[in-house]
Amino acid sequence: MESDLNKMLEHYYEMDGNIISILQDMEETFGFIPEDAVNWFSHRLSIPAARFFGTATFYGQFHLTKQGKHIIKVCRGTACHVKGSQKISDDIQREFSIGVGQTTKDELFTLEHVACVGACSVAPVTLVGKEVNGKVKSSAILKKIKQLREV
Amino acid sequence: MICVSVCMGTGGISAGGDKVFHNFEAELLKHDIEATVNKGCSVHQVGCRGLCAKDVLVDVIANGVKSTYEHIKPDMVMKIVEEHLIKGAPIKEWLVKEDYHNFNAKQMKVVLEDCGVVDPEDIESYIERGGYQAVKKVLTTMTPLDTVETIKRSGLRGRGGGGFPTGLKWEFAVKNHADQKYIICNADEGDPGAFMDRSVIEGNPHSVLEGMIIGAYAIGATKGYVYIRAEYPLAVERLRIAIKAAKEKGFLGKNILGRGVDLEIKVKLGAGAFVCGEETALIASIEGKRGTPKSRPPFPAQKGLFGKPTVINNVETLANVPQIIKRGADWFASIGTEKSKGTKVFAITGKIKNSGLIEVPMGISLKEIIYDIGGGMEDELAFKAVQTGGPSGGCIPASMIDLKVDYESLAAAGSIMGSGGLVVMNEGDCMVNIAKFFLEFTQLESCGKCTPCRIGTKRLFEILTRITEGKGRKGDIEFLIDVCNDVKATSLCGLGMTAPNPILSTIKYFRREYEAHINEKRCPAKVCNALLTFTIDKEACTGCTMCAKTCPASAIEGDKKKPHTIISDKCIKCGSCFDVCKFKAVNKE
Repeated sequence: MESDLNKMLEHYYEMDGNIISILQDMEETFGFIPEDAVNWFSHRLSIPAARFFGTATFYGQFHLTKQGKHIIKVCRGTACHVKGSQKISDDIQREFSIGVGQTTKDELFTLEHVACVGACSVAPVTLVGKEVNGKVKSSAILKKIKQLREV
Repeated sequence: MICVSVCMGTGGISAGGDKVFHNFEAELLKHDIEATVNKGCSVHQVGCRGLCAKDVLVDVIANGVKSTYEHIKPDMVMKIVEEHLIKGAPIKEWLVKEDYHNFNAKQMKVVLEDCGVVDPEDIESYIERGGYQAVKKVLTTMTPLDTVETIKRSGLRGRGGGGFPTGLKWEFAVKNHADQKYIICNADEGDPGAFMDRSVIEGNPHSVLEGMIIGAYAIGATKGYVYIRAEYPLAVERLRIAIKAAKEKGFLGKNILGRGVDLEIKVKLGAGAFVCGEETALIASIEGKRGTPKSRPPFPAQKGLFGKPTVINNVETLANVPQIIKRGADWFASIGTEKSKGTKVFAITGKIKNSGLIEVPMGISLKEIIYDIGGGMEDELAFKAVQTGGPSGGCIPASMIDLKVDYESLAAAGSIMGSGGLVVMNEGDCMVNIAKFFLEFTQLESCGKCTPCRIGTKRLFEILTRITEGKGRKGDIEFLIDVCNDVKATSLCGLGMTAPNPILSTIKYFRREYEAHINEKRCPAKVCNALLTFTIDKEACTGCTMCAKTCPASAIEGDKKKPHTIISDKCIKCGSCFDVCKFKAVNKE
């Protein structure tokens, strides 16, 4: 972990002292923003931890808790909305007993909403991991997610 | 010379463009070895060409004749290579039909001219099409002031939504002397339902860089940033490739083209906050802070990034700049209406046949866009409204379909031009639900700095939620209008000032729908589930048990092959039974 953090610190200086770059690096390396890592940077740079957390909670990209193995993103752009994406999200929430932004107890799945992935012509869109699924139906996407559980 | 171009925008890739591309490469290689008939044959990847509904689109140029194929799947590639490229007979039934030509007939491509033609990852292909000529022209024959003057005369206005004259913005920055100035390209396209900027960067990233170089020269900036959404990985990658290539060619970096002009461009990834599309919030975000807006003045052109004069232009605005320099301000000013010059790129989506990316001259009517270019309504359902400008815009009703699309006309209709999302809606869309949808978005994205926006949007969302749940009260409409006007008048930045537009415009044009929800507890479009009752038509039900199996609340009873019934006390009104029934036996009223 220490070497990861040192690398991030170097990058921070390259980016003219931008703490968003540290947060983005942490998110990329750990999948979330660990409190210990924030404290480490806070001591090193003499920047209050509150500034890190204040910035992290402002932006949608950062998470303070560990994410599931598979991230399911339901696009909630306007085109997807008029084509029924709310129901897809509702069905996933009900099936896995999680809310938006939450992770299942087995730490397998996290459900997120995204504003628009820009694939409006194939709405409604749901991303499972990085795979873009266009013109999706609830039943098909639920099946796909459940299959991941068995793998 | 045979040339194959495969559409590889995000739309194209999600439809399988990647595999189509690789299959072409493999097939061509295979035949080259066996018969050596296809020497000089090349495959290109190209950016978005607009008609995403027909992806994957493939152009085949053989013997100087171009044929375009639609809906190409990876397994169709072999036949195209064999029939068309080897035997010389295009496969007629796979070629684009008449509607593809109609889609292009009324468009006018300036910004998108080379999208779908140049290979976005190859700078040579851009230079071949006359790329970087505008930079050469500006640096060798024009002074910075000439450049500003040309852009001013062209009448170019900001394409990000506000429509502020670009030349004027540049002029302000010129007048503010400082040891360091910045130019920023705003590619934080956050509007749900819009993907114009993404497509421009994916399709022709060099056109944006060229615009930035010209802008930087005009105002005297030596450092530039492209602030782009992290959700657009392909655009980010192509932008980075483009910056590197431009540097190697001497269009970026120190002493550009030997003229003593410097410009360094960095890519900054947005971290997922809609409000960062606002200029001052974007600057705060680049500085590594929470992206909250500041009150203006001072404007960024006076005190912007790190306290220095800064110009922020939108992607599409910058992509227009090289064209204006090359073809002249008068040419640009001859397109469009009196106050809105040039063309506008729109992402047209929703309940329409040809969804995709279009570019039209300003002043075209909505009717021409929807029926001539868009091919009319999907499933032949009645057109109800079109939503423009995303969460800051409004809904324009069917009765105003002849409305001209320009900054002033849209504003007069209670909407805005916005960045260019057009979402077409039909009779099955509930306007109260649409307003609620946008407020859900804005109240979530409100940065919280100023009270009217933070609390106002939240309250508006709560009232709309109540109405859609059948708990609307008398006087709610007047109350909504009242709160909307307060939020509009007193918010700090554009987000709050425009957030009430979706409500005000839907109340203005669809007031009866609000009244039906509030007074009659009825949703005319049958969208708001809480106001609906689900029943099963005993005549139509075949007893297939599909609904009972799907029902998450176990609220459906019935024996196999006998009509089923819904127990209304248990029903949670999720609508699952309605969706799965293949016999249209589930009714909602």
